[in-house]
Amino acid sequence: MSPAMESNTPAIEIKGVEKSFGATKVIQNINLSIAQGERHALIGPNGAGKSTTFNLISGYMKPTSGSIKLRGEEVAGLRPFQINRRGLSRSFQVTNVFANMTVWENLRCAVLWSTGHRYAFWKNVDNLPVVRERTAQILEDIHLTSRRDVPAGLLTYAEQRALEIGITVAGGANVILLDEPTAGMSNAETERAVSLIRRLTEGRTLLIVEHDMSVVFGLADRISVLVYGQVIASGTPEEIRGNPKVKEAYLGEEAA
Amino acid sequence: MTDLASHAAALGAAPPRPTVSDRLKFYGIWLATAVALLVLPQVFSSGGSLTTFSLVGISIIFALSYNILLGQTGMLSFGHAVYYGLGGFLAIHAINIVGFHKWPIPLPLMPLIGGVAGLFFAALIGWVMTQRSGTAFAMISLGLAELVASSALILRTFFGGEAGISANRTKLFKVFGLSFGPQIQIYYLIAAWTLIAIIAMYALTRTPLGRMCNAVRDNPERVQFVGYDPHVVRYLAFCFSGFFAGIAGALAAINFEIANSAYLGATQSGTVLFSTYIGGIGFFIGPIVGAVFVTVLSLGLSDLTQVWQLYFGLFFIAVVAFAPGGITGLLMMHRPLIRAGMLQRMLPSYLIAVVPTLALCTGLMMMIETIVHYTVNPNESPNIKAFGIPFNAERPSVWAISAVLIIVGFILARMSWTRVGQTWDATLSAARAKVHAT
Ligand SMILES: Nc1ncnc2c1ncn2[C@@H]1O[C@H](COP(=O)(O)OP(=O)(O)OP(=O)(O)O)[C@@H](O)[C@H]1O
Ligand SMILES: [Mg+2]
Repeated sequence: MSPAMESNTPAIEIKGVEKSFGATKVIQNINLSIAQGERHALIGPNGAGKSTTFNLISGYMKPTSGSIKLRGEEVAGLRPFQINRRGLSRSFQVTNVFANMTVWENLRCAVLWSTGHRYAFWKNVDNLPVVRERTAQILEDIHLTSRRDVPAGLLTYAEQRALEIGITVAGGANVILLDEPTAGMSNAETERAVSLIRRLTEGRTLLIVEHDMSVVFGLADRISVLVYGQVIASGTPEEIRGNPKVKEAYLGEEAA
Repeated sequence: MTDLASHAAALGAAPPRPTVSDRLKFYGIWLATAVALLVLPQVFSSGGSLTTFSLVGISIIFALSYNILLGQTGMLSFGHAVYYGLGGFLAIHAINIVGFHKWPIPLPLMPLIGGVAGLFFAALIGWVMTQRSGTAFAMISLGLAELVASSALILRTFFGGEAGISANRTKLFKVFGLSFGPQIQIYYLIAAWTLIAIIAMYALTRTPLGRMCNAVRDNPERVQFVGYDPHVVRYLAFCFSGFFAGIAGALAAINFEIANSAYLGATQSGTVLFSTYIGGIGFFIGPIVGAVFVTVLSLGLSDLTQVWQLYFGLFFIAVVAFAPGGITGLLMMHRPLIRAGMLQRMLPSYLIAVVPTLALCTGLMMMIETIVHYTVNPNESPNIKAFGIPFNAERPSVWAISAVLIIVGFILARMSWTRVGQTWDATLSAARAKVHAT
């Protein structure tokens, strides 16, 4: 293990975070700590505030109050690209890609910043070996090589979901947030997606929102349960499975 | 070892590197363009065509600079003439100052001053303007254009009021003994700058910034989550766009030896939007096609009819409604058919559709010209001429013919274009099947 992973600063540390939309408090005083290198699943019923939590961590929304630390550094209130540059990358529940650009270009856009090319207007983008290599690697990892030159908007649903994951991990971020990556997939597609996620997040920190319990229990080191904007339990898969509060509030019917 | 092997394997997934013949083809296109620009005045040597070519070159640069915003970055500007105009005025002043002090700066460098003027102004106000794209940007660009255009009439010392500011381009330091008096020399000056600007703007689309412009156009939200600030991307695009617009304006100023408030005005901003959109914003060559088309047509149409701008408006509406990809988009649509060698299957239905469409257009023209006769010059002779065709605007039979052409033409055109659509779908899927099979 690398020294960074051994260090005991949490990858993500959320303290007393609240979020209100007008008068409705969607997130109520969340505390959550995710260790580096951990695969952490966030589960909970529809409307519990899972995506909102992602929006807060990734800078898409500002918390009404509270602190969010990324490897010890306060990031609450920063813009999404500032947080991304500090090594956090997220995917979206509703596919959010560059629809008119090809698969190749989608992935390449996700690689450019992290390879240091930024806003360069004096370099030929086709002549950057590192960019080319990384883009090709991700393209192969997500099994879309044969669809390289197809505009992302014309991909099938499952392919778009794979591209969504590819864009998220392409920049090499250390902390990856995936919002329901397998939603709407068939069993076979889900299985493929899970092994893909497992491989691509090797050695990184993963926070994943997922409704499919077999995925959750198969993938996660730890699980947190969010209900009505509150974390009602946090622990290993066994602890969560045996927790009566969780059974009552969420797992009840599904685990049966 | 495994790492190296997997890298090598992954690179197989990358798009193939351009082969030597690809490269030759690529450079061949630029070379051919350069040669074409060189020999063009030999083929069409009249003074009129030299002037036309010069204007076409200027509007190509202007339209391409506009498309950096509209097509590449997804920003709709209603005030692009501001940067064109300021480039023109700065160039005129520079020519006057340099000529007065006899500084050793030759005329061919003056467009650079125009470019820097456009860049400077864009950089100055762009940061606030590019905060948002969409409606907010469009509205601010319109407001700013009005502001600058009206100041042009107030700040007389700089803009010269109604008359504008003129200069003598022949009074500058001479290189290679060129005086830049004759139009042919101005043509070559403009042609050289046009080629340079086209290459530079094409190269820009192939850079990291250029690619991120497209990403911002497609999905500014997601751009933020791959490390980019869409505001910075838009701002840089805006600065580049201002720079090339300034070059175009300076060339216009050199060509006419004058800069006036029309350079900055709403008509100029509208024309560049027209040209770019009609040519097609989705392809790099779209604005080039549009600039050639609109410039040549507006020069030609203004001789043929009094209300040529009205026809332009109608044409623009037709493009927006029926061919949002512009002329280039229409042509590019046919690429899969050409590749499959099936283009000829479309021709019969096209030919059938063209006849009633032409009839409809003729009917519309007769009606428009008749109305113009009655509303604009009712006391003049009713024997009018439109597009070289003489007819009598007062004769009921002419009205009847026009009505019949419009009604019957419309009905038949609708039917035949529906047929074209069906043939198109069938041919396209046949072409796809053929390409897949091979
Ligand atoms: N921008 C917003 N404005 C107002 N209310 C919002 C906004 N975003 C989310 N909400 C509300 O916050 C609550 C939590 O939404 P969120 O999307 O975080 O739920 P979720 O746990 O991700 O649910 P799901 O499993 O359906 O994706 C919902 O009641 C939702 O309607
Ligand atoms: Mg959600």
